[in-house]
Amino acid sequence: MSGFSQLRLDGVSRRFGGQAALTELDLTIEAGEFIALLGPSGCGKSTALNCLAGLLPLTAGSIWQDERRIDTLPPERRGFGMVFQSYALFPHLTVRANIAFGLRMRRLPKEETRRRTEEAVRLVRLEDHVDKLPGQLSGGQQQRVAIARAVVFEPSLVLMDEPLSNLDAKLRLEMRTEIRRLHQSLGLTTVYVTHDQEEALSLADRLVVLREGRVQQIGSPRELHTRPANWHVADFMGYRNLWRGRVEQLDGAQATVESSGHRLLGEAVGGLQSRAEAVVAVRPEDIRVDGPGETRNTMSATVEVVEYQGRELAAEARTDTGLLLHLRTEQRIAPGDQVKLAVDPQRLLVYPADVSARADRLADASGATR
Amino acid sequence: MSGAGPGRPLTHWQHRLAERGVDRQLWLLVPALVFVVALFLYPFFYGLTLSFQPTRGGPFSDYARFFSDSYERGTIWITLRIALPAALLNVLAAVPIAYRMRGRFRGKRLVTTLLVVPITLGTVLTAQGLLNFLGPTGWFNRILLATNLVEEPVRLTHNYWGVFFSLVITGFPFAFLLVLSYLSGIDPTLERAAATLGADWRRRFTRITLPLLMPGLATTFCLTFVLAFSVFPSAVLVGNPAGETRVISLAAYQAAYERYDYPYASAIAMIMGFVELVIIAVVLAARSRFYTGSTGGKG
Repeated sequence: MSGFSQLRLDGVSRRFGGQAALTELDLTIEAGEFIALLGPSGCGKSTALNCLAGLLPLTAGSIWQDERRIDTLPPERRGFGMVFQSYALFPHLTVRANIAFGLRMRRLPKEETRRRTEEAVRLVRLEDHVDKLPGQLSGGQQQRVAIARAVVFEPSLVLMDEPLSNLDAKLRLEMRTEIRRLHQSLGLTTVYVTHDQEEALSLADRLVVLREGRVQQIGSPRELHTRPANWHVADFMGYRNLWRGRVEQLDGAQATVESSGHRLLGEAVGGLQSRAEAVVAVRPEDIRVDGPGETRNTMSATVEVVEYQGRELAAEARTDTGLLLHLRTEQRIAPGDQVKLAVDPQRLLVYPADVSARADRLADASGATR
Repeated sequence: MSGAGPGRPLTHWQHRLAERGVDRQLWLLVPALVFVVALFLYPFFYGLTLSFQPTRGGPFSDYARFFSDSYERGTIWITLRIALPAALLNVLAAVPIAYRMRGRFRGKRLVTTLLVVPITLGTVLTAQGLLNFLGPTGWFNRILLATNLVEEPVRLTHNYWGVFFSLVITGFPFAFLLVLSYLSGIDPTLERAAATLGADWRRRFTRITLPLLMPGLATTFCLTFVLAFSVFPSAVLVGNPAGETRVISLAAYQAAYERYDYPYASAIAMIMGFVELVIIAVVLAARSRFYTGSTGGKG
C-alpha cells in the first residue's frame, strides 16, 4: 500500500440527527506516529475513528492524505487497517483465512499471500492455532488475530477502537506491551481510541483529549500528565482532587486560592483571572502525609476510608472544614487517624472554573468515590 | 428456580433431581406434551397402522398400488415441480429485501407490515384475488391487451402458474420474516471489518454475509417447502386439479373423501411425509457443511 508522509483532518465534523458527535476536529498525523484519541464515553473519539476509516460519512470537513482528498472514498479504497472493539473476526473462517483476508481482497499472488500470512502469524505468535476457528480461541488470542489481520497488508494507517477493553486486567497489560512492540517493529502509523488514560499515556507519542465532541488538548504524554489544559482534562488524566475555590491573589504563574476555608498556593494554568472562580486540581499521589517540616499548603484531616493497594494505600480524608481529599500514601494509616496533609505548590494546579461547568459535576468529581 | 419454598429444606433425592434439571418447572411442559401426543403422535401412528391394513391384499399392497399407477405416482413429481421452485423463489426473493431492511430506518415498521400482510389473507382470499387480477378478463390481461403487448389473454390461472403465484404470495412473508431474523443475527461489524480489509460490497456479501446466512436460508427453505408441498386449496381454486396441478394432497383427499378408502389415503399421506423428509434431509445435510455457530449479532 502506498504510504503517506502526512494525514490531515481538516474541520472534521459529524452530527447524528441534531446531535453533534464530533465538532471541527483538526489534526495532522505524521507518518509513523502513534496517536491516541482519549476521552470518556460519548466524547466523539469512536466517531472520529469511524470517520477516518470511512465507515461514517462526514457532516463537514475533509481528510487529506498528503495532497489527496480521501474522505469521499469508501472504506475498501482507503487501505487502512482497523481493529474493532469486538474484534469482528469472521467466525466461519480459520485464523489463517481471517488473517489472509485483506491480502486475498488485494488479489496478491498465492505465494506472496501465503508468505505474508505466515509472517503475520509468527508476529503475533499464533503458529499453533492457524487452523482453528475464532470461536475456539481465548480473548487474548482473538485480539492477536484481529491485530494480525489489520496489519498484514501493511496499511498506511492502523485504526484501533478500544482493542483492549474486552480483556481482563492481566491480559490487557500484556497486550498493551504487544501493541507497543508491534508499533516499534513495524513502524505503522496508528490511531488508537481509548477511554483509559493509563493505556493512552503508555502507548502513544501524542494524545488527543476529546470532550463532548471537541478537542480539549493535543500533546505529548508528559504534557498531558503534568499540565492538563483545563480542569476537564485534569479530571480525566487522574487528578481526582478537584476543589472549587476563588483566586485571592495572582502573581505571575503563582496563584493563591481560597477553597473551603483553606488558603492554597499553586500554579495558575489557562488564563486564570484574579478574584475569579477557580478549580484546584491535585493528583492523589501528590498529597503527602505527615511530612516533617511542611509549611506550605498544609491541612489537617481525618482519615475516613482506606483501601489496600499493595505497596500503597488509597485513602479518603476529610479536613476540618469538610473538604474531601483523595490521596495515596505508603504510610500505614487507618480510618479515624488524624493526619497532617501537604501539597507541593508546583503540583497544585489552579484552573479557571468555566461558566458552563455545572457545579454538580464538579461536586461529583471531588466528593464521590469513583 | 427450585420447587421447594425457603422454609422447607430439599430432601436428598430432590437435590439429586435438581442437579439434573428436574424440578417443578417441568410441569410447564405438560400442555405442550398433551397437544403433541393427542394431535400429532396419535393421528400419525393411527394413519401409519391404517396404511398397512388395506381393504384388499397384503400390508404393502396400497403402497404398491400407488407406485404402480402412473397417474397416482405422477402426483409426487407434480407437487415437487410446484413446491421446490416456489420455496426457492420465496427464499431467494427474501434475501435482497431482508438485506436492505436490516438495521433501523424510518418507515421500517410500515414496510414490514406491508410485506407480511399476505399471511393474514389466507389461501382462499388470495385465490380470489389472483382470479380477479390474473384471470383471462382480469386487470393484468386487460392491460396487456390494451397496450397491444399480447393478442390473446395470457393464461395465468387454472394452471401451474396460478398455484405457483398463490404459493409465492402466501409463502413469501414467512420466508422474509425468517431471513430477516437470521440476517439481523449477523454482527454488522463483520461487514464493516471486511470493508476496511478491502472488500467491496459484492465480496462482503459473497464472502462474509452469505456464508453466515446459508444455514438460515436452508432452514427457511425447508419450512417454506413444507408449506408449499402440502398445497391443497390453491391447487383446486386457481389450479387445474384434474391435470397439471393434481398434487399429492389432492390424491389423498380423493381417496379418502371421494372413494372412502381410508387405508389408501393414509398410505398416500405417509408417502407424502416421506418425500418431504427426504428433501429436508438433503437440505439439512448440505446445511451442515456450512458454519453454523454464533454469528455475533443480537440474534
